Amino acid sequence: MITFKDVSHDWGTFRLRDVSFTVDEGEYFVILGPTGAGKTLILETIAGFYTPNSGEILLRGKECSDVMPEHRNVGFVYQDYALFPHMTVEENIRFGLEIREIPEQEADKRVESLLEMLNIVGLRGRYPRNLSGGEQQRAAIARALVIEPDILLLDEPLSALDTRTREALREELKRIHRAQGTTTVHVTHDQTEALLLADRVAVIIDGEMAQIGSPQEVFNTPSSVMVADFLGVDNVIKGNIIENVDGVACVEFNGYRLYATSTLSSGEVYAFLRPENIILSKAPIETSARNVLKSTVENVTQLGSIYQIHLDTGLSAVVTHQSVEELELKPGTEIYASFKATAVHLIKH
Amino acid sequence: MSITRRRYPLSIIFSVIGSVLLLFTVFTLLNMVARQILFDFGGLIDAATDSFVLESIGLTLYASLLSTIFTVLFGTPLAYVLARHDFRGKSLIEAVVDVPIIIPHSVAGIALYVLLMSRSPLGSVFANIGIVFEDHLAGIVAAMAFVSASLYINAARDGFQSVDPRLERVARTLGANQWEAFSRVTMPLAVKSLLSGAILSWARGISEFGAVVIIAFYPMIAPVLIYYRFTTMGLKGSQPIAVMLIIICLTVFLLLRLYSERWRRN
Repeated sequence: MITFKDVSHDWGTFRLRDVSFTVDEGEYFVILGPTGAGKTLILETIAGFYTPNSGEILLRGKECSDVMPEHRNVGFVYQDYALFPHMTVEENIRFGLEIREIPEQEADKRVESLLEMLNIVGLRGRYPRNLSGGEQQRAAIARALVIEPDILLLDEPLSALDTRTREALREELKRIHRAQGTTTVHVTHDQTEALLLADRVAVIIDGEMAQIGSPQEVFNTPSSVMVADFLGVDNVIKGNIIENVDGVACVEFNGYRLYATSTLSSGEVYAFLRPENIILSKAPIETSARNVLKSTVENVTQLGSIYQIHLDTGLSAVVTHQSVEELELKPGTEIYASFKATAVHLIKH
Repeated sequence: MSITRRRYPLSIIFSVIGSVLLLFTVFTLLNMVARQILFDFGGLIDAATDSFVLESIGLTLYASLLSTIFTVLFGTPLAYVLARHDFRGKSLIEAVVDVPIIIPHSVAGIALYVLLMSRSPLGSVFANIGIVFEDHLAGIVAAMAFVSASLYINAARDGFQSVDPRLERVARTLGANQWEAFSRVTMPLAVKSLLSGAILSWARGISEFGAVVIIAFYPMIAPVLIYYRFTTMGLKGSQPIAVMLIIICLTVFLLLRLYSERWRRN
């Protein structure tokens, strides 16, 4: 659906360098990068507001540098919504239909269904200045979807919202994508969003494509120190809650079990665990930690001054050079990984 | 218990000092109007019934309206370009826009006269198609436009700048071409600034004397007539027209202001 081939562009404040990627039809593609790294400019380039200095962008398989934004059929949602302040919610949503001269009956049908889908029927007559951030964002999403775009571009759509609204809208985005199947490119600096929404994640750092892959690949096996640094080398484990006893959930993953303090009592979850919270030892140690997993070292990677130890359980730990020597850490070494239940953070999938 | 805002001594001192200029303006004008009404009300009635005076005031308002229309037509695109685009030489262009504010208006009048008089190359081209500037309406309009355009252009540029360019971009992605995005999104959002710029430019045109008097002494616009009467008949002949002009202008501007305020709120 979208292909970037060695795209480079210099905006003065930000540069893209030989960025290549492909977004498949119907895919939810998240571009993850540090704040202020020009992610908006990438979306604006897809929308047709910039022609790259070099490289090619293909939309639906065709080179598109001559195609004006109004002919690209993309829906755009900005971080702070960019609703037309002189129009009501309904007029905002209708704008694209009027411009495209969609027959009234068809237009009415689309507007009604989107107002319902985004739960904003009651707000149709209100002006943007009288809406909360979450409400404005729903209206902006409806406005972008009403033209039935081939591609939906979301520019940090959740980052200006408070935590609760953000979580609700995140679920909504997922639901909408499942229902409509619109090819979506979502840029964010928020790892949770990437993890929970993306089919695939592209990490862009300093204008370069640092890594691209499924969320789990990217989070569990960062391809470079730079990516690991940006992501904070978290262990992200997908699992199922078996039970919850006194606020401690038992999660089954990859055939292992771990315990985590949580109020969740069932369902699929992501468990986050920072590698530095894992203690490695040759023999089970006397400790208050609830989790002691007997594991085998699969791989040892040097990350600058520290070493990342990948274990067969899917977890990885970080240790110093001294520990690597003392514990004789090398592929095949049997080792015990201990960590506290409070060190594991669960998020519902 | 009610909460009162604390007053700081410096604010009070500044308010007192600042009110000197306000009083200066208000008192100067009020004094003239009051003296006219109290000591020579008859003179005011005479002026108000003098068709020559009335025609002159009418001509002033009309000529300035034409100048404003001209300015809006040509100034709006320029203001938009200045608001939306960065390019080399932009600050030079902005300086050019502001030049009429700083040059003496008699100088502007002479410059316009030299450019547009019938004997000049450009003036003769216009004369051939029937447009004469010296001592004609066209000359008055040209002089007014020259001195008032910058007020409109600056107000319009600020208006366009206050509209988030991303609104236009969203409109484009929704299928609007550049013109549709401009006319349906940017224009309605900037129109209040354009309107207040136009009112300002109209007012500036009405008050112009120096540039107009050089290129078109006749037909007499009100400021020229007032000067003419002052030099030939003294205060007695000029003050009543001045008072009338003030009353008419203030009334019109007050009404326009109120109207646009109400409009702004809706």
